Amino acid sequence: MQKTSLEIGGMGHAIKRKEDPRFLQGKGNYVDDVHLPGMVYGHMVRSPYAHARLKSINTAEALKLPGVLAVITGEDLAKAGLAWMPTLFHDKQMVLATGKVLFQSQEVAFVVAEDRYVAADAAELVEVEYEELPVLVDPHKARDPGAPILREDREEKSNHIFHWEVGDRAASDKVFSESAVTARVDAVFQRCHPAPLETCGCVADFNRATSRLNIYLTSQAPHAHRTLFAIVGGIPEQNIRVVSPDIGGGFGNKVPIYPGYVCAVVASLTLGVPVKWIETRSENLQSTGFARDYHMTAELAADKDGKLRAMRVNTLADHGAFNAAAQPTKFPAGLFSICTGSYDFAEAFCEVDGVYTNKAPGGIAYRCSFRVTEAAYLIERAVDVLAADLKMDPVEIRRKNFIPPSHFPYKSPLGWTYDSGDYDKAMTKALEMIGYDDLRKEQAEKRAKGELMGIGISSFTEIVGAGPGHTFDIAGIKMFDSCEIRVHPTGKAIARMGTKSQGQGHETTYAQIVAQELGIPAADVLIEEGDTDTAPYGLGTYASRSTPTSGAATAIAARKIRDKAKKIAAHLLEVSEDDLEWEPGKFFVKGAPSKSKTIQDIAFAAYTNLPEGMEAGLEAVNYYDPPNLTFPFGTYISVVDIDKGTGAVKVRRFVAVDDCGNIINPMIVEGQVHGGLTEGLAIAFMQNIGYDENGNIEGGTFMDYLVPTAVETPSWETATTCTPSPHHPFGAKGVGESPNVGSPAAFVNSVVDALSHLGVRHIDMPITPWKVWKILQEKGVTA
Amino acid sequence: MAKTELVSIKVNGRERQAPAEPRLLLVHFIRDVLQLTGTHIGCDTSNCGACTVLLDGKPIKSCTMFAVQADGAEILTIEGVASKDGKLHPLQEGFKEEHGLQCGYCTPGMILSSYALLKENPHPTEEQIRWGISGNLCRCTGYKNIVKAVQYAASKNGQGA
Repeated sequence: MQKTSLEIGGMGHAIKRKEDPRFLQGKGNYVDDVHLPGMVYGHMVRSPYAHARLKSINTAEALKLPGVLAVITGEDLAKAGLAWMPTLFHDKQMVLATGKVLFQSQEVAFVVAEDRYVAADAAELVEVEYEELPVLVDPHKARDPGAPILREDREEKSNHIFHWEVGDRAASDKVFSESAVTARVDAVFQRCHPAPLETCGCVADFNRATSRLNIYLTSQAPHAHRTLFAIVGGIPEQNIRVVSPDIGGGFGNKVPIYPGYVCAVVASLTLGVPVKWIETRSENLQSTGFARDYHMTAELAADKDGKLRAMRVNTLADHGAFNAAAQPTKFPAGLFSICTGSYDFAEAFCEVDGVYTNKAPGGIAYRCSFRVTEAAYLIERAVDVLAADLKMDPVEIRRKNFIPPSHFPYKSPLGWTYDSGDYDKAMTKALEMIGYDDLRKEQAEKRAKGELMGIGISSFTEIVGAGPGHTFDIAGIKMFDSCEIRVHPTGKAIARMGTKSQGQGHETTYAQIVAQELGIPAADVLIEEGDTDTAPYGLGTYASRSTPTSGAATAIAARKIRDKAKKIAAHLLEVSEDDLEWEPGKFFVKGAPSKSKTIQDIAFAAYTNLPEGMEAGLEAVNYYDPPNLTFPFGTYISVVDIDKGTGAVKVRRFVAVDDCGNIINPMIVEGQVHGGLTEGLAIAFMQNIGYDENGNIEGGTFMDYLVPTAVETPSWETATTCTPSPHHPFGAKGVGESPNVGSPAAFVNSVVDALSHLGVRHIDMPITPWKVWKILQEKGVTA
Repeated sequence: MAKTELVSIKVNGRERQAPAEPRLLLVHFIRDVLQLTGTHIGCDTSNCGACTVLLDGKPIKSCTMFAVQADGAEILTIEGVASKDGKLHPLQEGFKEEHGLQCGYCTPGMILSSYALLKENPHPTEEQIRWGISGNLCRCTGYKNIVKAVQYAASKNGQGA
């Protein structure tokens, strides 16, 4: 790849972000900033019970309150056929409850009023009579004979949603029976919530005169959402415009369609005025897409020297009241079958069962390509357990089992074809950065003195960037993505994509791709996403897919433009196309570099002085369907010290070496890694959406669902290695999710390592001081 | 709606007056009444600090105060941080230069907390910066670059900034 000048700012330059000036001055435009004339406000009435029969809803008192315009109930929606809506994964969920409620904080009625305070007051006046039903909280009891059947709407009178398996069970069992060593870990990846700092919300604006419905929406996938509103709501698609404005973080939370959106749309259609609905933080944590809640068992079969031979995985997935996973329709457990990770197994078998419980619906991918996080956590934990059993160093067991660089493209026993990798290179770099050998010496000295210190390694492999479209779809729509570029007569450009940034810096990185391919300075390229009226169709931003799909589409569209530009340059220079050479920003005549035409000259000619018979303009569009996914990887190392008196764990150092192939903007990649590691820290040590035996949420506010502050967060140390993707147009892989995927295992491995000499092999997350303190008490360790 | 009272607040150097019902939160007064939407709301338990503004020079969470309580006060919001001619404040420059923001949602509150910190302590240590912004949550950056952004601004202190 030709390196561009800093002025052009193509691939590899750490240019400052183009989106920053508006955010720094309070001029961002988030959904709650949208203020339309005549706008009114919606407020949700929610269930206090986890499982209860709905006896009656009395809206009379609420409607009497001055300023209240409407109270919508499930029965009202049922008349329009909208009491239920499809989820993004082979299920449906209630928009507003009819018959009964199935989780605490479930949506029961939607109050619309002229003022948000009045709407909240009126919600208090809605009288709902419930009759409590037995509650099912523990997913392990969901299939017990006496368990209450939660979903009366389903033909199948059971709480079992699906069984899914992949790999060769018999062949794996055979290897297990013949292997000298086996190891096992039972690990729960607890229920988490992405909790972007901006909650979910919308403004639905139906104009009766034009029949157009504008929806300003916290959406990671505006085009897909438009199509779903059209199909489910029966609204002609050309009359729907979804605008996803600035988004205050998504992390997967803003992929599904939520009942509040549907209610706001129904209210606007009914009242003919714009209706705003913005959820509170507590509503966000209690009712919108949770992640994980995977109850996993992994077994490894190995030789005595630690050479891995086979893996077996059995998992119970708790989906809550509705299977509201947002993932490709052929994959009930997403891409969980990447669970063989960075290691070369001869055989593997993986099975997953999903069940319903009286909890909020979901199973969404929190900064994760569809269950990759659970998979990476499981294999990286399991390998450490085996190493501890064999008294091997975790570095040695990894090195012994890494898929070697010569084996790529590598076909995994569970069916994936890894594009490229050099795992030892990333691990070696991380070990050098952290000073591994010295740390092990220090640990031995500390142990001798009774002090607790641990070192944890995670050498993860991801699978990101879905499509290809023949295998991956969301609600039937193939997972390609798109870019349209228009070069203006003055040589500046606008480009639009089917993805949608939520903080990832697309306005900068996509402009750098255009700059790289066309030589138009990134500063001269405006990037626009999120408006379905103007952007080409695409599936949106999640699963680390923007660079692998829309990024690729941007390069391909730019190359189409360059092909046309070459014809124009040949015309202007009166030479044959074959006589021209390209350097970023201009075509010149071979052997006569002074005879050249810049991309700006060519752009002007595209509108003023074309070759005979050529169409005017300089534009292109590409819908890119990737031939494979990309497989980023890396090694993370966590070093912790444990306070024996309190059980508090302090992360002393953390090194992250990532390999995402060729990098567009190293500053942005590093920022993504910092952010994801902080989320991983929170998951490992702080966060859990728990439920008591009555289905009451523990962890439903920021008082109980903890987000680390700057004080708890270590100063991350990062680096990269570069193993390009062989199939991506510029050799890039996704990176945004790697730190969330790879880090939980590193954190947990470091705590377990600190306690391994006491016989500890596993601790479930979140590893709170209380949990560690109890273990220390059991093991007789005192301060 | 309850009876309203006239609230007078000097916001970003300009006198503003508007009626507010007694329980109207200051953050809603700023966002909905004055239409200064740079101040954000990220939680309902006073944890996140996205709504941080300076009230008579002190950082406060504007979701945790009624508008009527701010009657007669002087408030600085993110819209008033840059100079009148549009030149960015060193903190704003620092956040851009050091990549101290991603989605931008926590940024206004972060900048105002940092602004108050640097007024009180122009050359804070890293630890003092981390404590100084500990009332503001960020879900994107992992704080390291925010710390660097504040250090960037601190390095401009004493250089006329």
